Amino acid sequence: MSEFTPYSGLVGGALIGLAASLLLLGSGRIAGVSGIAAGALFSREADGRGWRLAFLAGMLAAGAAFVALAPQAIGPSPRPTLWLGIAGLLVGIGTRLGSGCTSGHGVCGISRLSARSLVATALFLGAGMLTVLLIRIVGAAP
Amino acid sequence: MSPGRRRSALALAAGALFGVGLGVSGMAHPGKVLAFLDVAGDWDPTLLFVMAGAIGAHFWAYRWAGRRSAPLFDERFHIPPGKPIDARLSLGAVLFGVGWGVGGYCPGPAVVSLATLGMPVLVFVVSMLLGMLCVHRLWPASND
Repeated sequence: MSEFTPYSGLVGGALIGLAASLLLLGSGRIAGVSGIAAGALFSREADGRGWRLAFLAGMLAAGAAFVALAPQAIGPSPRPTLWLGIAGLLVGIGTRLGSGCTSGHGVCGISRLSARSLVATALFLGAGMLTVLLIRIVGAAP
Repeated sequence: MSPGRRRSALALAAGALFGVGLGVSGMAHPGKVLAFLDVAGDWDPTLLFVMAGAIGAHFWAYRWAGRRSAPLFDERFHIPPGKPIDARLSLGAVLFGVGWGVGGYCPGPAVVSLATLGMPVLVFVVSMLLGMLCVHRLWPASND
């Protein structure tokens, strides 16, 4: 059973939004994690990889702090590891083709009223819901 | 501090705050995310509230940015130019959504969860980077 937690959801979301605002107003960059991860690997801009690696390191540091101080904040996926391998490929391919993910399109793109991001968000939300529905119907997962 | 150092320090801080937000929001629990996508099951709408909180705390930054010629620590804003809503975007969004529904992970929560050193999330992240590499090599965008 997944407990509906609107308050921590809102507060956590606000912190995410604040972080994105910090990156935008400070460096003029979009806080889209898929783009930042891809750019950390492939960027050919001068200093293109530096700030991205720093951002990812910050995220990892937060994760480490949770592991040490509040491990209940992070949980495993209920899916088998093989599924996660397939899921990872799809997410990697999809976020590059689609130029964004939940943070890039869903938070940043929608915040600046990008039609592209609105369409992309609707599509990935719909596809995600349909996928979970199909998995449920086929009985592949509880 | 040199400009590059300042940008990295800022990015580090922003990334840490972003990660804290993800943890606090509950989105670092793929089970909780899947419960949001599970519209026919025991639906957990928390993700909607996370999005609302995030957009609420971020949209005003673009209005602020629109009134300025440059951000605080860089010469210019790096906001991507408007590209058409095309097949590449649509296919990408759908594939990402399917992957999200299969695993319950999107990039942000996966990166934060790497700190647990769990094999499953490591497998996800490595596969994700592999998928990104494939697109980068085989079907790059015009500005890649």
